[in-house]
Amino acid sequence: MNAPAKKLKVATTSLAGCFGCHMSFLDIDERLFTLLDHIEFDRSPLTDIKTCSPDCDIGIIEGGLCNAENVHVLREFRKNCKTLIAIGACAINGGLPAQRNHLPLTVILEEVYHTSPGLANGMVPNDPELPLPLNQVHPIHEVVKVDYFIPGCPPSGDAIWKVLTDLLAGREPQLGHGLMHYD
Amino acid sequence: MTLNETHPEAVAGVVDRIVERWRRDPTCMVQILREVQEACDWISPEAIDCLQTALKVPRTKIEGVAGFYSFFYLKPRGKYRILFSDNVTDRMQGNQALLERLCNTLWIEPGKVSEDGLVSVDRTSCTGMCDQGPGLLVNNRAITRLDAERIDEMADLVRSQTPLDEWPAEWFRVEDNIRQPGILLGLDMPPGDALRAARALAPSDGLAASNMRSWREGLPSGLGGPAALLDAIKRANLRGRGGAGFTTGLKWEACRNAPLKSGQQRIVVCNADEGEPGTFKDRVLLTSYADLVFEGMTVAAYAIGAQRGFLYLRGEYRYLLEPLTAVLERRRRDKLLGADILGVAGADFDIEIHLGAGAYVCGEESALIESLEGKRGTPRNRPPFPVTNGYLDQPTIVNNVETFAAAALIALKGADWYAGIGTQHSAGSKILSVAGDCARPGLYEYPFGVSIRQVLADCGAVATQAVQVSGPSGVCVGPAEFDRIIGFEDIPTAGAFTIFDDSRDMFEVARNYVHFFQHESCGFCTPCRVGTSLLKNLMDKLHNGCGSPYDFAEIEKLNHLLQSMSHCGLGHTACNPVLDTIKKFRPAYEKHMKQQDFAPAFDLDRALAAARQMTGRDDAAAHIVKEENA
Amino acid sequence: MSQTFTLDGQSIPFADGQTILQAATAAGVFIPHLCYHPEFKPHGSCKLCTVKINGRQTASCTMRAIPGMSVESDTEEINAERRALLQMLFVEGNHFCPACEQSGNCQLQATAYRLGMMSPHFDHFFPSRAVDASHPDTLLDFNRCILCSLCVRASRDVDGKNVFALSGRGIRTRLIVNAKSGRLADTDFSPTDKAAEVCPVGVFLKKRRGFVVPIGERRYDKAPIGAAAEEV
Repeated sequence: MNAPAKKLKVATTSLAGCFGCHMSFLDIDERLFTLLDHIEFDRSPLTDIKTCSPDCDIGIIEGGLCNAENVHVLREFRKNCKTLIAIGACAINGGLPAQRNHLPLTVILEEVYHTSPGLANGMVPNDPELPLPLNQVHPIHEVVKVDYFIPGCPPSGDAIWKVLTDLLAGREPQLGHGLMHYD
Repeated sequence: MTLNETHPEAVAGVVDRIVERWRRDPTCMVQILREVQEACDWISPEAIDCLQTALKVPRTKIEGVAGFYSFFYLKPRGKYRILFSDNVTDRMQGNQALLERLCNTLWIEPGKVSEDGLVSVDRTSCTGMCDQGPGLLVNNRAITRLDAERIDEMADLVRSQTPLDEWPAEWFRVEDNIRQPGILLGLDMPPGDALRAARALAPSDGLAASNMRSWREGLPSGLGGPAALLDAIKRANLRGRGGAGFTTGLKWEACRNAPLKSGQQRIVVCNADEGEPGTFKDRVLLTSYADLVFEGMTVAAYAIGAQRGFLYLRGEYRYLLEPLTAVLERRRRDKLLGADILGVAGADFDIEIHLGAGAYVCGEESALIESLEGKRGTPRNRPPFPVTNGYLDQPTIVNNVETFAAAALIALKGADWYAGIGTQHSAGSKILSVAGDCARPGLYEYPFGVSIRQVLADCGAVATQAVQVSGPSGVCVGPAEFDRIIGFEDIPTAGAFTIFDDSRDMFEVARNYVHFFQHESCGFCTPCRVGTSLLKNLMDKLHNGCGSPYDFAEIEKLNHLLQSMSHCGLGHTACNPVLDTIKKFRPAYEKHMKQQDFAPAFDLDRALAAARQMTGRDDAAAHIVKEENA
Repeated sequence: MSQTFTLDGQSIPFADGQTILQAATAAGVFIPHLCYHPEFKPHGSCKLCTVKINGRQTASCTMRAIPGMSVESDTEEINAERRALLQMLFVEGNHFCPACEQSGNCQLQATAYRLGMMSPHFDHFFPSRAVDASHPDTLLDFNRCILCSLCVRASRDVDGKNVFALSGRGIRTRLIVNAKSGRLADTDFSPTDKAAEVCPVGVFLKKRRGFVVPIGERRYDKAPIGAAAEEV
């Protein structure tokens, strides 16, 4: 790849995720240097920048939506990034956190904070600093328009590399056998 | 308190009597389940125990069948099971407010059973009372012309546990509402005349050979020319009145020519599963012209050489069972049915009535046959077609009620007379079930070729915005097309003619129909099972003000998928009301696209309500405000 | 077999009574499918095997081959429709591949890989479906059921038991077992039944035998679905 005149701004975040997809991103290893010829990181755990610049080109979202803060962050990304990519099972179908979806939230909170053994005088935390949980966990495409998806739990570094290089080269991203995984 | 809970041994007795009445025949499963439920209010695990033993079929089969039909309950649904008809016409007549009124009065939620187990209130697909709605079913008995007064009185009757037989008889009165009779509805034929006329038909030239074949197969020779009758049906250019318009003569001939394996016989089935929302003509034909219909079936039996017939009557018309059974009984006494019809030795044909149980898809002929065989009403893979492999794999014709009535008329009055009525491509008459925004809803019979405009004028419709012809699976016609005609060459129809004046929101009309198809999808194939639910959710999303052009594009995409990938006509046509209204009433959709950009289908702030309640928080961070573009 | 039809331009020989899918498989051409199994009568419900003949889509597992017919299968149009069907199946149930023992051996997943399904696209239904852990040797996880009815057919036609059936209708269609209690433990099911073997997804789980083959080394990790058919 030839270095472009202007580097693309890339922002990343993890919502209701485990940062596993971010770890996998780092698995592209030394190709990260090649990538950095083409992109610069904006808001991301890699830079510790806390808010998106208004002119981001690509936003990469790990994790689904389980609480109000997730929704705010996702909206910020959608507003500031031209292209939004959902990365990993949780962003794409809710993943592990979504396995609570068949239970009413009240029942979950009740059990976690009131009735599980070993709790004395438990109460549901009500500190305004804490984001309130949504009644169900949602994949991000159910709340904002998502442009591309990289499936996997996590997707391999190679799969992430393939999608990003496809996009940088202006190709429709494709994952062939071996790179396409939901697990 | 249901019978089951108090008297388990009584259940066994009831089930046994029912099973015995149905010859311990598992192919009569749907009928057996219906009678068990009528006797016990639901189909309890104990009742299934008894059925399993008596019928020698696995429990899975019984539960599989019972679970398919809306009117069968595997859980208690109360002593009074009230189902509001939810066709678009019922909606226009205010059924929603009445349902809420009844629920509020009885302190129950729609879809749930009251805490004392006495009553449940829910919705059901069109019950075929559009001309005298809003309607409902209570324990499968039809009530018409609902209003607030009736609802309040009904709540009292339920609470006082008054037996249904003591409810005001007036409530159960169903009017024919024949506004314009034609060759069928105006006919006053003494029972048997069509059969006698059929018998008198001489075999026409060139058909004698196939007549001989019928004789060899045991067709009673004394009846004369069945082939001549078949010829008459063909020359009359009779086409099916159920909507698809297949040439009746060809169907009958294919069945007649289908080889019989050992022990097989040919079967005549009358499709009275009039489930298309907005259609109610078969209700009237079976109320006041039952002889004509049965005579048509007998004529068909004569033509194809059948000895066994079925009337598959939709469960919503359960109240017609006793009168129809009485008509059959009288016809047997009069030698018009049963053994030695018209006194001709060996001319045997009899008709059995089977009831549906709330499944629109059973109007599809192969699903209907599955249901007749006591199974889930899932449409079969075709070919083979019913004419060669139908009921219990035997050659079977399935025709609409009106088709049989017309066949009797042709036998009576002759092919040439009949072919001369209507248009060149559409012979005879069509009965229209007119309802919706008009002064005189009811039945209108016209020779084929009548214009939409003419019908609207006759029924007193003003400021008409659209007519849904042939129900949700038909076409939606706007004012620019009111000069189009009813006929196979232009707008074919099963009979529904639902009128919307300019006060109606055509998007909401389409949404009602989408809900209908979602409810009635049999679930067999992926595109229809999931696709109709996705479509319903998207239409609801627009209705709830969350829709954007993205969702509109999704709706169009899903419709094309349903159309191309579905297993049967239900899926293929489930998209018709949407595609048609999009084409002709696009502004109605645009009005509902409240969002410019993609928005979620659910209210994000409301999704925090449970957490707010549990934490007692109501600070700013405990809410998610709508996005600015909203 | 002197009769042939063309499939995406390729001439496919067939015998009388063979369906398009059967003839294509015999000729080494893969047509995606889920409810079809060579040992059972075609069912025609999943519609994944849909092909286009004379401009009309039809299920190739139930459609008999006709001499000279021209069939389209591996086209972008049809594959896009198949992808949409897969997406429907994914959102209809609860398919959490990372936590599923069948991942890597699952036909639904492998077919989605092969057809390049990058996301489920639609809004999820997240239905509430309880698992049945009553049986000592087999766990039933209905969250993954795609209603193909292969276990129903296998139990009825091979095992002679009728342990399984579909009940309900429409989107409420569900798999039931042959017991008043509704529990597998109260049926005559055996883990060696054919019914346990034919599931294309991960409804049937052998207890105490988790992750014997590591993720990444399973059947469809090694070769895409259909690759075996194509080696004929």
